[in-house]
Amino acid sequence: MRDLTNEILELIRRTSSSLPPDVEKRLRESIEKEEPGSTARGALETILKNIDLSRANSTPICQDTGTPIFYVHYPVGVSTIKLKEQIRSAMAEATKRSFMRPNAVDAIYDNNTGNNLGGDDFPYVHFEEVEGDDLTIELMLKGGGCENVGRQYSLPDNSVGAGRDLAGVRKVVLDAVQKAQGQGCAPGILGVAIGGDRGSSYIKSKEVLFSEMGTRNEDPKIAELEERLTSEANELGIGPMGFGGKTTVLDTKIIGLSRLPASYFVSVSYMCWAYRRRKLTVKGEEVIYD
Amino acid sequence: MKQITTPISDEVIRDLKVGDAVALSGMMVTGRDAVHKWIMETFIKKTRPPQGDDLQVYEELKKILYGSIIYHCGPVVTGLDTKDYKIIAAGPTTSIREEPYQADVMKHFNLKGVIGKGGMGPKTLKGCQETPAVYFHAIGGAASFLAQTVTKVHGVFKLDFGVPEAIWVIEVKEFPVVVTMDAHGASQHAVIDESSKKVLEDLMSR
Repeated sequence: MRDLTNEILELIRRTSSSLPPDVEKRLRESIEKEEPGSTARGALETILKNIDLSRANSTPICQDTGTPIFYVHYPVGVSTIKLKEQIRSAMAEATKRSFMRPNAVDAIYDNNTGNNLGGDDFPYVHFEEVEGDDLTIELMLKGGGCENVGRQYSLPDNSVGAGRDLAGVRKVVLDAVQKAQGQGCAPGILGVAIGGDRGSSYIKSKEVLFSEMGTRNEDPKIAELEERLTSEANELGIGPMGFGGKTTVLDTKIIGLSRLPASYFVSVSYMCWAYRRRKLTVKGEEVIYD
Repeated sequence: MKQITTPISDEVIRDLKVGDAVALSGMMVTGRDAVHKWIMETFIKKTRPPQGDDLQVYEELKKILYGSIIYHCGPVVTGLDTKDYKIIAAGPTTSIREEPYQADVMKHFNLKGVIGKGGMGPKTLKGCQETPAVYFHAIGGAASFLAQTVTKVHGVFKLDFGVPEAIWVIEVKEFPVVVTMDAHGASQHAVIDESSKKVLEDLMSR
């Protein structure tokens, strides 16, 4: 089996320092919506300058390089044990080269491991065997600021008047955005999972964030709710960084899961404007970066 | 944009109001969760006896922090092996986590400001009026851009807290911030929270 450690290292460098074009495009478009001379507009202009700078210098877009979330889709016959070792080696090297900040802190003993390796769970690696010959590795970096403003609701939620239906989902998502204020580094992107148990619900709400900006749910009724939530979240007027402004949420993505009859969870994962996710594909001998 | 250099006088602070764009220069330190807890427990509430180099570090900090600023930041730093430290990414962390400690820490050291993102709460706002001090909001995630304003890393304390939580003593030049909480009781964050809450109520009733 091929050693992909160097290629994964390059994936990490790209993910940390080069914001994906679909996100940059949305951010540029939002500048025009804010008042010239406003603090909100100034914030977006600084953000765009930062994006150019970090790409040019291979420095982290944000100093919080976050939880590294790897999704690996591998063909039959590939060793996941070896791949995981390669991923972990690449992560330690990427930390040494300062593409990543050392972010794995032992939660009981309070020590930072220094190399972004923390037990079995950090970095987080999800493996899925697929048909075909291509191996793909996707990496998402999700920072602590936005992670901290995610919320999971159990419906019915009386504090918000949300019942167990899409009307209730709408209410709790808007509630989560209002409560987040600017602390998730707005403008944000929402990943919403309806259903699941508490664990799978949160995981899927982040998994859905791998898709491109503007990707809609296949069901037109849900797609409509996605668009409605984005537009209503923007009516809240929280704006970039919570400075007040027109752009609070750039996109909303919803995924539906199975739930137990007794449970109805809605998980809202809030992603910051530094929406970092990148992919590499191994096709035979060739390695293609997105 | 107002040019302000540390150490800062009370008058300069009282002159600032919410919305003011400021370019900060001079010496300051980074400090976040571990540092605030350490200061509170060891030197303010004194629930924990000083250990190791605590007292030495404290004496140094008192000098550096008088009239100066704590920056809520966990930077990415190169040169850890050679100690030729260079900060390559340094955007703000979310300040609200320090709300239990901030007002006391500001008063204890006579800080004139804290830099962070997302704002802070009523206890800190009151601390701003009394110290006096202000809350300077930096642009979240503009890490490479802000790192360029760090002209020198003078040193580091408490590296055993880990790189993100250590006390990095830095010199900055024209670090851009916006005042969002001033020494007169005004808070941009309280305003936006209120206004967005009203819109939410309206949206919920539709």
